[in-house]
Amino acid sequence: MLERSRPLSPFLHYRWQYTNTLSILHRASGILLAGGFGLLVYWLTALANGPVAYTRASRVLSHPSFKGLLALGLLAFAYHLCNGIRHLLWDAGFGLERREARRSGWGVVTATVLIVVLVGCVVVFGSRGVS
Amino acid sequence: MRRSSALGRVLGNGSAKHGVDNWWVQRVTALALVPLGVWFGVSLLLFPRFDYGTLTQWINHGWNAVLLVALVLVIARHSYLGVRVVVEDYVHPPGARMVTLLVLQFAHVLIAVMGVLAVLKVALGNATFGDSA
Repeated sequence: MLERSRPLSPFLHYRWQYTNTLSILHRASGILLAGGFGLLVYWLTALANGPVAYTRASRVLSHPSFKGLLALGLLAFAYHLCNGIRHLLWDAGFGLERREARRSGWGVVTATVLIVVLVGCVVVFGSRGVS
Repeated sequence: MRRSSALGRVLGNGSAKHGVDNWWVQRVTALALVPLGVWFGVSLLLFPRFDYGTLTQWINHGWNAVLLVALVLVIARHSYLGVRVVVEDYVHPPGARMVTLLVLQFAHVLIAVMGVLAVLKVALGNATFGDSA
């Protein structure tokens, strides 16, 4: 009985919970955004290569299959930005209590959904249309 | 068994003062990317159209070229440090890990240089220094 009440090393009793889910999502979104960096430079390079090259690149980027990827990129960007701010606040020493960390975690998820919905609305219903 | 003193074992291993460099740079670049990322995202949303003229004009306007070059450089640094941590956690064989990290590092430098050069080409190609309208 005495032994059971003592704390175990983390790897002995690890179970799935919100903290590691958010942490894994931070890494996954970060890796996706690293790919997005390549896409950003591809776009800039096309712009530097003149109107013809740029039009060709625009056609590639506005292809339906790419639109899904760009939407995923938006989700990754919004989440990584919000959760990144949460990490920076932790590094500064704020919000480390379990209750606060749980609340900020839900705050990050809420903010991410809000940003994605808001940007999605601007893109879909905006005056310039989807292009 | 090594027959050396405690001092002898640590001499030549280098100073421990630079141990947190990567950790610190990761945070500094993250902090810089908050305003830069928001600026870039909002800029994308505010474009009336995504055509060649609109975008080259935008790059040539005010601070946009400066911020865009900063964005590319800071993303490259932040991104490399980020993927490096992931590779170090999941790629265990020393050889494969080294090769993966080298490939990723070269790729990040190359892509960053391409991005900077592209922005500079657009910005300097139509450069209007001073009062020329």
